[in-house]
Amino acid sequence: MLKKHKSTEVSLIRRLLRNRSGTLGLLLVVAYALIAFLGAVGVTPYPTLEQHVRDRLKPPSAQYTLGTDLFGRDIASRLMEGAANSLRVALLSVTISAALGTLLGTFSGYIGGLFDTLLMRIMDVFFALPALLLALVIVSVFGSGVTTTVIAIATVYTPIFARVVRGPVLSVKELDFITAARCLGMSDARILFRHVLPNTLAPLIVQISLALSWSLLTEAGLSFLGLGTQPPNPSWGVMLSESRGIAEMAPWLMIFPALAIMFGVLGFNLLGDGLRDVLDPRLRGHKS
Amino acid sequence: MIRYLTQRIVAFIPTLLGVSILIFSTIRLVPGDAIVAMLGTEAGMLTDTQRQSLEVYFGLDKPPLEQYFIWLGGVLRGDLGLSVRHGQPVIDVILARFPVTLQLAIMAVSIALMIGLPIGVLAAVKHNSMIDLFGRLFALLGLGMPSFLVGTLIIYVLSVYFKILPNSGDYVSLIEDPSRNISQMIFPAITLGFAFSASVMRTTRSAVLEVLTQDYIRTARSKGLSEAIVIQRHALRNALIPVVTIVGVEIGYLLGGTVITEEIFALPGVGRLLFNAISQRDYALVQGIALFIAFNFVLINLIADFIYIAIDPRISYAQET
Repeated sequence: MLKKHKSTEVSLIRRLLRNRSGTLGLLLVVAYALIAFLGAVGVTPYPTLEQHVRDRLKPPSAQYTLGTDLFGRDIASRLMEGAANSLRVALLSVTISAALGTLLGTFSGYIGGLFDTLLMRIMDVFFALPALLLALVIVSVFGSGVTTTVIAIATVYTPIFARVVRGPVLSVKELDFITAARCLGMSDARILFRHVLPNTLAPLIVQISLALSWSLLTEAGLSFLGLGTQPPNPSWGVMLSESRGIAEMAPWLMIFPALAIMFGVLGFNLLGDGLRDVLDPRLRGHKS
Repeated sequence: MIRYLTQRIVAFIPTLLGVSILIFSTIRLVPGDAIVAMLGTEAGMLTDTQRQSLEVYFGLDKPPLEQYFIWLGGVLRGDLGLSVRHGQPVIDVILARFPVTLQLAIMAVSIALMIGLPIGVLAAVKHNSMIDLFGRLFALLGLGMPSFLVGTLIIYVLSVYFKILPNSGDYVSLIEDPSRNISQMIFPAITLGFAFSASVMRTTRSAVLEVLTQDYIRTARSKGLSEAIVIQRHALRNALIPVVTIVGVEIGYLLGGTVITEEIFALPGVGRLLFNAISQRDYALVQGIALFIAFNFVLINLIADFIYIAIDPRISYAQET
């Protein structure tokens, strides 16, 4: 059983590597995760808050690979820790929303009836609000900062996960093998975990990748507005925002955070697209 | 068809009610009481009597459910409360800034459609050509470049290479000085429309590719129609359906994106108003703007539904039979 499981995982990666956008996405995500890991454990060229007063606004050089900012802080080090900060927010919020959404979606689909109708109507209300608007309202209520950013992103994504999971649950629970399992006297819990939930995995994985991309974007956007990660802590959004006005003198202040955001967001997005092509047989061969 | 439209309009009302409940209750989660929520830091200077009389005045001594209905009653009469910072009714503050955001959104959507549709169609028709490659690159860039990034880059390029500052000087309205207004609005509109144009392009491309494999396209070709007519009359019209969906959905992102774009380019629109209201803890205003934007978003999706029917007669027929 275990062996078979492993082999499907291997073939998933192999199939993903045959998909062009999937490969590119996987590469970017792995690179990003590595950089973020180094940033998180503090293996950066310089401490991120260390100010080199004599080396302010230095262009990229052998000493400072990506240059220094207005306070003489090393850009490369700050980008690395920024990657860690953004990824922490993204992972936390996506984990919360995926768990909560899966729970809601599974119960809603499995129990059905009035509970399902009611819950889905409530979820519809969340869809009627533009995502960033909902996030902003939450930030305004709980104040700016990292915790609020996590709550905001999780709130936006929980209904999306619930809807993504509910679909397959609805279609699977009517199938013969579920009836068979029930006839064999399996409990609801066992049926859910053994037979229903595994069938929601494919769309869930795709959605998780896309959600990570969106939450990186939202964290950067909120931080750019000064509502997310608070300076002097490094975040790509904060760094991009700080470059405004002085980028004319020191373009590296803007270019590197911009590239970091772009590749980070693209990575998860492409990975999500690639995973969808590989995991969703209905779409296979559909896209060129 | 009438029945379908009525159904959509009827579904519109509970959604709006739900949105109003969601926004009302979220704002009530503000730490501290509603007086603090309304007055911000100045609430600390109130005496107990002042505080009590304010609570009675705003109906805060009543149960939450009753408060909601009083508020909803006000909303239906166009009364969104009073902005503490502006000292004016919330609705007046919003409506004064709405034209800026409306113009920005219309320009951004137009730019997105003008760029996204032709490139998308060309990329699909000339599948795997240079145009297709360019289109796909463009789609990638659009995915990875949010408005705050595009805006920052545009300002940088303009100021360094063209020595102009798009966000300098006071905003002038379209009626006051059309040419100056357009020159002020064009770059924010590109900023806001960029990611949108990429997703329009992406959707158009895959929709046209999909449609081109259909039997009726082969039929149209085999009866001797020119390729231009096949594309225009048969492919494009059918491919537009998913594009309309994406436009409806993405306008939500666009409305959110106005906050960032207006902030970067210092435009006095509803988005920047929301940003300032959040920074100044003007909760009545935050609540009003959230409701206002949500209303517009739901309305746009309703309009998108109507456009579907216009381009896809199958929808209304299916409902009638």
